[in-house]
Amino acid sequence: MDTRVTKKKLGLKDRYAAMTRGLGWETSYQPMDKVFPYDKYEGIKIHDWDQWQDPFRLTMDAYWKYQGEKEKKLYAVIEAFAQNNGQLGVSDARYINALKLFLQGVTPLEYYAHRGFAHVGRQFTGEGARVAAQMQSIDELRHYQTETHALSHYNKYFNGLHNAHHWFDRVWYLSVPKSFFEDAITGGPFEFLVAVSFSFEYVLTNLLFVPFMSGAAHNGDMSTVTFGFSAQSDESRHMTLGIECIKFLLEQDPANVPIVQKWIDKWFWRGYRLLTLVAMMQDYMLPKRVMSWKEAWEMYAEQNGGALFKDLARYGIREPKGWKDACEGKDHISHQAWNTFYNYSAAAAFHTWVPTDEEMDWLAEKYPTTFNQLYRPRLEHYRTQQQAGKRFYSKTLPMLCNVCQVPMFFTEPGDAATICYRESDWRGNQHHFCSDHCKEIFDDEPEKYVQSWLPVHQIYQGNCFDPGTDPTVEGFDPLAAVLKHYQINVGADNFDFEGSQDQKNFAAWRGDAPRGEQA
Amino acid sequence: MSVVAIGAYDFPAKDVRENFPAPLLYIGWDDHLMVCSPVCLPLPPDMPFGALSTAVLPGVYGEHPDFEKIDWAQVEWLKSGRPWAPDPAKSLAENGLTHKNVIRFRTPGLTGIGGSHS
Repeated sequence: MDTRVTKKKLGLKDRYAAMTRGLGWETSYQPMDKVFPYDKYEGIKIHDWDQWQDPFRLTMDAYWKYQGEKEKKLYAVIEAFAQNNGQLGVSDARYINALKLFLQGVTPLEYYAHRGFAHVGRQFTGEGARVAAQMQSIDELRHYQTETHALSHYNKYFNGLHNAHHWFDRVWYLSVPKSFFEDAITGGPFEFLVAVSFSFEYVLTNLLFVPFMSGAAHNGDMSTVTFGFSAQSDESRHMTLGIECIKFLLEQDPANVPIVQKWIDKWFWRGYRLLTLVAMMQDYMLPKRVMSWKEAWEMYAEQNGGALFKDLARYGIREPKGWKDACEGKDHISHQAWNTFYNYSAAAAFHTWVPTDEEMDWLAEKYPTTFNQLYRPRLEHYRTQQQAGKRFYSKTLPMLCNVCQVPMFFTEPGDAATICYRESDWRGNQHHFCSDHCKEIFDDEPEKYVQSWLPVHQIYQGNCFDPGTDPTVEGFDPLAAVLKHYQINVGADNFDFEGSQDQKNFAAWRGDAPRGEQA
Repeated sequence: MSVVAIGAYDFPAKDVRENFPAPLLYIGWDDHLMVCSPVCLPLPPDMPFGALSTAVLPGVYGEHPDFEKIDWAQVEWLKSGRPWAPDPAKSLAENGLTHKNVIRFRTPGLTGIGGSHS
């Protein structure tokens, strides 16, 4: 029997201190401010960076171990899914369109988050915050990769998944998520943290990762559920960091409070506008539904968020300015967004459709005061037209909000029959907004938003055609030229789900009679 | 300068008039949300305002079942949300429309598909 040796093992707290503190850099021949120019200019005052506590006490060695285990499990599931032709087990080929939108619009945000946290990790002078930001940067890169890997299996069988990276920088509706993150990473490091770690991750991502991933499970998509949960365990850590970061800023100096409040107002609203896409996925794109957007909003935003802002009241923080309008929107935004994609399905890289009668009944039950009155008549009209061979597509480009870049389809608070129009004049130019809150964001920093890359305007400026295109030739078809530039495969990636290649292939693989031919 | 920045922050606006072949005009039809949002169109400033109802709007809203029922003599116009009386014989520019103006029209008695404001 070996002699027992007492190992000198550090406790969790000491270990965390040893692995994160003392890693900083006190410059000697250059001033600190020159080497770290970014962590002061926003006006945030930090007196003691050591007060920053990572709530998980996460150190790099533990991090590799946990993440390595998660990766093994994830890839085992993805492999099993592929080997067992899991794509045939999903509820309906319509479901895949939610995955297309996820890959096109959400996955690239993971990459932006990776870049943002890498930048913040470099720029903060506090070591604890730097280490936490660096690990989160790696998490986000991992999410980008695992989502791409998991969804690549579907790309072998369905349209609309082959060009996500190219589309993210060009296609009109993807400018909504893209502009959100570009706005965030071009703010200062503290604004980035409030935008992404707090407003987006802590207040809003539950709405994306929890109900949507449950939806994936209900629709038989175990591969997506697995990447969702693999990411969600990181998100939990990010959310905890987000709340710690806010509390740290508020506790360091009372002068930080109004700055942080302004950012909360701005980023809550920008995040809420971005989640319009998720509202639509939740209510219209999951053939088997788990909960409505409205129910998800009430649970994750009103209850959890409401409690959070009560908790922050002791620091002098109130709920975001747009909170009440956002809560009112729960009855409308999914229907308004789906109508927009239905209008513009010729120019989108996924399919849309009119919900079945059964699905409309479900929507009527979930939206008892709005669906039958405002939204059902329109959908039934679309169906009649489509069956008569006159499927409606809007042929004129929409007016966009200058801040959130969403087409101007949101209605006035208290009046769902009237589009909400707001405008500002700045240096002799008019700018337009979908809401009081987008207007406030513009009015606060007009210099930033006059640079917005608005896809509709860029098309009219001639910047969305392939090089060498001559728009003056006779018979020039601008939509065709724009879709060519987008590299959307016309007739395969776009138009109605009814009659699509995806619909036909899926029915053939499963041996189902195509819809409409069933006895 | 209202942007808090680490240095000078002065960049050209992307959507000034000079960047477009014609000024942009935004047009919305109140109480008719089937066409999901107001539309954005570059329109020649010398085009008569009356051509909107005969040449432009049919291409935008013509498929809406209410469109053919519109009595253009009854239509009420709004510019930047305020009542406005354009002269159909005069051009867009002579009616005072400039780049990125927003106009809306109301069609009394028509409230969309099945009265749903769609």
